[in-house]
Amino acid sequence: MALDATTATAGPAMAPARPGLTLQRFARRRSTIAFLMALPLITVIAGLVAWPAGYAIYLSTLNRRMTSFIGLGNFEILLDSETFLMVIWQSCFFAITAVVLKALLGFWLAHQLHHIPTKGQRIWRGLLLLPWVVPPALSTLGWWWMFDPSYSSLNWILNAIGAPSVPWLGEPWWARISVIIVNVWAGTPFFMIMYLAALKSVPDQLYEAAAIDGATGWQGLRYVTLPMMRNIISITVLFSLIVTFANYDIVRVLTNGGPRDLTHVFASYAFQVGVLAGNIPRGAAVSLFMFPLLAIVAFFVLRGVNQRSKEMA
Amino acid sequence: MAQVSIRKVVKEYEGGVQAVKGIDLEIADHEFVVLVGPSGCGKSTTLRMIAGLEEISGGEIAIGGGVVNDIPPRDRDIAMVFQNYALYPHMTVYDNMAFGLMLRKFDKAEIRRRVENAARILDIGMLLDRKPKALSGGQRQRVAMGRAIVRDPKVFLFDEPLSNLDAKLRVQMRTEIKKVHQTVKTTTIYVTHDQIEAMTLADRVVVMNHGVIEQVGPPTELYHRPATKFVAGFIGSPAMNFIPARLEHGSGALNIHLPDNIVLPVPEERRSRYASYAGKEVLFGIRPEHLTEIRPNDHRPNLAPLHLTPEVVEPMGMETLVHIWLQGTEISARIDPAIPAEPGRPLALAADMGQMHLIDPQTDRMI
Ligand SMILES: Nc1ncnc2c1ncn2[C@@H]1O[C@H](COP(=O)(O)OP(=O)(O)OP(=O)(O)O)[C@@H](O)[C@H]1O
Ligand SMILES: [Mg+2]
Repeated sequence: MALDATTATAGPAMAPARPGLTLQRFARRRSTIAFLMALPLITVIAGLVAWPAGYAIYLSTLNRRMTSFIGLGNFEILLDSETFLMVIWQSCFFAITAVVLKALLGFWLAHQLHHIPTKGQRIWRGLLLLPWVVPPALSTLGWWWMFDPSYSSLNWILNAIGAPSVPWLGEPWWARISVIIVNVWAGTPFFMIMYLAALKSVPDQLYEAAAIDGATGWQGLRYVTLPMMRNIISITVLFSLIVTFANYDIVRVLTNGGPRDLTHVFASYAFQVGVLAGNIPRGAAVSLFMFPLLAIVAFFVLRGVNQRSKEMA
Repeated sequence: MAQVSIRKVVKEYEGGVQAVKGIDLEIADHEFVVLVGPSGCGKSTTLRMIAGLEEISGGEIAIGGGVVNDIPPRDRDIAMVFQNYALYPHMTVYDNMAFGLMLRKFDKAEIRRRVENAARILDIGMLLDRKPKALSGGQRQRVAMGRAIVRDPKVFLFDEPLSNLDAKLRVQMRTEIKKVHQTVKTTTIYVTHDQIEAMTLADRVVVMNHGVIEQVGPPTELYHRPATKFVAGFIGSPAMNFIPARLEHGSGALNIHLPDNIVLPVPEERRSRYASYAGKEVLFGIRPEHLTEIRPNDHRPNLAPLHLTPEVVEPMGMETLVHIWLQGTEISARIDPAIPAEPGRPLALAADMGQMHLIDPQTDRMI
């Protein structure tokens, strides 16, 4: 301890003696050089991320006409509003259900693909990626047609096999399910491709070792494949959760928040309040609501990922 | 513990590659058998068929009396140690070893007892809580062996378990494996391409080449009585010298005529065996250790003197290796390091003709 103290004071004590030299030394320090080289990137990030975020926070504290500071007023009003509480609930329901379904379906597809020979695999992989590649606004329009009350091809098929028509977008619960169906359809290929890559990265010998150790196919999946993929699973789920929470186009095109504002999610509601209804500060407050929720999830997920990647090869 | 029978086993991969071309092998209970041969000869394929990791294209394999052709690996009651260990990276050492027992629903206390026992045999007790990433190569190797030992299976299968280790550790782990086998006595099939590993570990060595078995026998038998030129050249290091020669009758004796007008007499007791090859081209085989300096008071019978001029001299410490070119054929001899040998100066050597071999160049089999 005593030694530490003396060395710690020695530096600053000598520094004023030759200021020019110290500055030179400062410029030559590795961390300084690293900082200077990263500066352009830091500037870009600050301009594109920090500034808009800071500005959004600033906006959310203004009144409707953006003339006076009202602190957390917008948030108070929002939390008192039944519609907004519904939006929170609907956003969570939408994002969590959709992400879970995408992850399960994506894993199942990846698993199927992984077990067909490489030659046939390519074409299937290409086909299954299509929903993800098509611009969502366009494909959602296609789905909208299929859900349309008078022309619905889905209902036509249902009727053909003797089932009654479904009010896809007309009834709140069906509308919620429809939005989730389209999101799952468009987002599953992302999970599939990530999981396929992860499956390929598990060495075959681990499965062979497990088979010899006495594992059935299921046990191999449960005790070897899934634990080996935990990092990829965490990161894809986190990423998808963020993107799905912020999803805008599907709700906007398919239901536009209806019926009776019951299918709004944060982004579509923020647009509705901020742009369509002209209350920009309150719209900013709506969109800021996602941030703490996601930040907490991200913190725990990334901490787990970090820890595991340190422990495993 | 069990015996293993391999009967007329064939392996043909897609595309028609025959990796194993009908091999027969009976392995007794408690036996330590080593499959050895050059790269690509089908050793791993054979082992993997025994393990059930590779389908058997023809013939049958029985473990402990029952044919296992259609039984999946998990029900064959075998344990395998892989070349790159194949430890589960997300499990601790303890869990790696306990995994097979857990799947077989052993109770917790029994699992603990067995893992701790194996850890004691292998001296890895202090590593049980670590993950494989935090282990050295030799430690991983031990854990992989521990995973096999705790299962107490009918058969241990090893596929080149030491080839990822450095030379010194390899020798140490070789001894370790032998020690473990002496303790647990489980029937073991061990694959390697290193003939020294094969010689030191095996009760019986199986030499394979191009998907067939060349010879099966105890190490010393393979060394002294190889059945083919391939086995003669594969077992022993440095390898046996092969010199083109002619067998001729001469003044009541049978002589071997080598290039450079060197003539060596066939020992009396072997004359009748070789007589039918008189006048024919043969291949004369002699190991470097049977081509030595002339020693005073050397009582080995059938020593034949010959003078040769080395072109390369390699002092190894405990011996000196000299290399001689006989009309395009390189031969080597092992001599006492005290003998002054230098390139270009003729050496008086002695060939121990009692240890000679003759090979029929038509069939590559020993005469
Ligand atoms: N999956 C496969 N498909 C086609 N051919 C294969 C396959 N696996 C192995 N072979 C071929 O079978 C032959 C035997 O291979 P094997 O792996 O048994 O050799 P090995 O004796 O273990 O060699 P090494 O010492 O290099 O490990 C080789 O010619 C190899 O190319
Ligand atoms: Mg091999």
